[in-house]
Amino acid sequence: MLSLLETLINGLLLGALYALFGIGLSLSLGVMRMINIAHGDLIVLGAYLSSVIVLNTDLDPLSSLLIVIPMMFVIGWLLQKLLFNRVMGRDPLSPLLLTFGLSIVIQNLLQELFSADTRSLPAGDLALQGIELGGVNIGVLPLISAGISVLAFLFVAHLINRSPIGSAVRAVADDQETARLVGVNDRRLFAYMAGFVLVTVAVASVLYGMRTPFSPTAGPERLIYSFEAVVLGGLGNLWGTFFGGLIIGVAQLLGARIDTGLGPFFGHLVFLVVLIARPEGLFKAGRA
Amino acid sequence: MFLELGDVRKAYGRSVVIPGLSLAVGEGEFVGVIGPNGAGKSTLFGVISGGLVADSGQVKLAGADISRIDAAGRCHLGIARTFQIPQPFLGLTVYENALVSATFGAKLDGHEAEAAACQALEQTGLLPLANNAADTLTLLQRKRLELARAIATKPRLLLLDEVAGGLTDAEVIELLELIVRINQSGVTVLWIEHLVHALVSVAQRLVVLAEGQIVADGKPREVLEVPAVRETYLGSDLDDDNEVPQPQSGDSHAAC
Repeated sequence: MLSLLETLINGLLLGALYALFGIGLSLSLGVMRMINIAHGDLIVLGAYLSSVIVLNTDLDPLSSLLIVIPMMFVIGWLLQKLLFNRVMGRDPLSPLLLTFGLSIVIQNLLQELFSADTRSLPAGDLALQGIELGGVNIGVLPLISAGISVLAFLFVAHLINRSPIGSAVRAVADDQETARLVGVNDRRLFAYMAGFVLVTVAVASVLYGMRTPFSPTAGPERLIYSFEAVVLGGLGNLWGTFFGGLIIGVAQLLGARIDTGLGPFFGHLVFLVVLIARPEGLFKAGRA
Repeated sequence: MFLELGDVRKAYGRSVVIPGLSLAVGEGEFVGVIGPNGAGKSTLFGVISGGLVADSGQVKLAGADISRIDAAGRCHLGIARTFQIPQPFLGLTVYENALVSATFGAKLDGHEAEAAACQALEQTGLLPLANNAADTLTLLQRKRLELARAIATKPRLLLLDEVAGGLTDAEVIELLELIVRINQSGVTVLWIEHLVHALVSVAQRLVVLAEGQIVADGKPREVLEVPAVRETYLGSDLDDDNEVPQPQSGDSHAAC
């Protein structure tokens, strides 16, 4: 039996990965006011892309990101340009239905191409390595993925709050019509944003695939975890998403201490309790 | 002609605001636009800036048909407008508001964009408030920000919608000097204003709109002498004794 401290630390590390799942969803929601139901399936798609590259080249999963990231950027850019831009700004239902359909298409496509079997990304020695810290054993791979997650959040926060692009993004979120009048091409901006969102998805998907076996139908569960992190943290609050992810991660591993099968259930339970107590999320909706 | 409108029509549903309007403005001109509430002045600006799409007719800028170009594209071509009811990006700081214009409207990079944003804020007296959140500004400060944001796009054609309403005499004079300076730097100005005397003191040309049509167009003093203008819009008691801009009491919020 792991010590409670160990469970907490592992929960935080797992939660950092969930937060990374949620970062893209948080951006789509906060800026483009769009819920992407296919978000989880895109995470799985990224993991499969990495898997194909790893099986056909000498690259390991982390190096495969060099190829997966540009591919996912292009996929995101095209999805926004060809599909999402057509349904945005009308009613909230259209993007929901569209991405729900996309979710089904991606799942079936993956099943057709890769069969329904689970696979995982070879993490090699990383999966086995651990370091001792004050009597607590921490896996190197979860530590790396948590570190990447923190870096990703720092980068996105800087991009959104401190760069001219970020100002434009927030301006569009604020008032789309007026943003156009001062020269912001919102559709083009959205296309780049969607590309960028899938870059974060690409990173999350490879770290996820190295840690957990995945199958073509694993997407919806990823979506739920991402969504819980985003809603728990307060919609449109980037760091809220980060802490929301941490809470879900810790709750899941605490639940798993009681019974291995209870992990996700405990995550959902905490989410439900918070949602009832504070429907607006734990942190106030501030700057994106 | 720099700006040409050819038989532009605009209706909202069954309500026809502009039944068919043609207007030509030369480069560098300073044109005042007046007219009663609901005359279609702001709609006209919407059609020129691309915020609204005309039902029919043509909008031309420097000889090129821009009718089918969207608002962002028209901004890149040099058209900027302000809104009568200020619409700053409330989640951004004052500086960031101007920076978005300089970066995406004027398409400037890095330091040039920063300089342009600061210059626009300085011209409008907002520099001391640069790092304040836009939602902390008072109404008058928001009006200035509206102007700063338009200036920061480095426009060739500046459309001003009621920027002087609610200002004190001293502030109006300051504003007039600023807009004249902008005009003298080569920017064509179209200015909708209820403070007719302020407008007349600087505009080279005055256009009077009523029910979406031009009822008078010419030198300001001559236009104000047209009987139809005196009666339908200004009231017949308009006298020539108001050389100094004079706020019309109580009128500043009734404007539409």
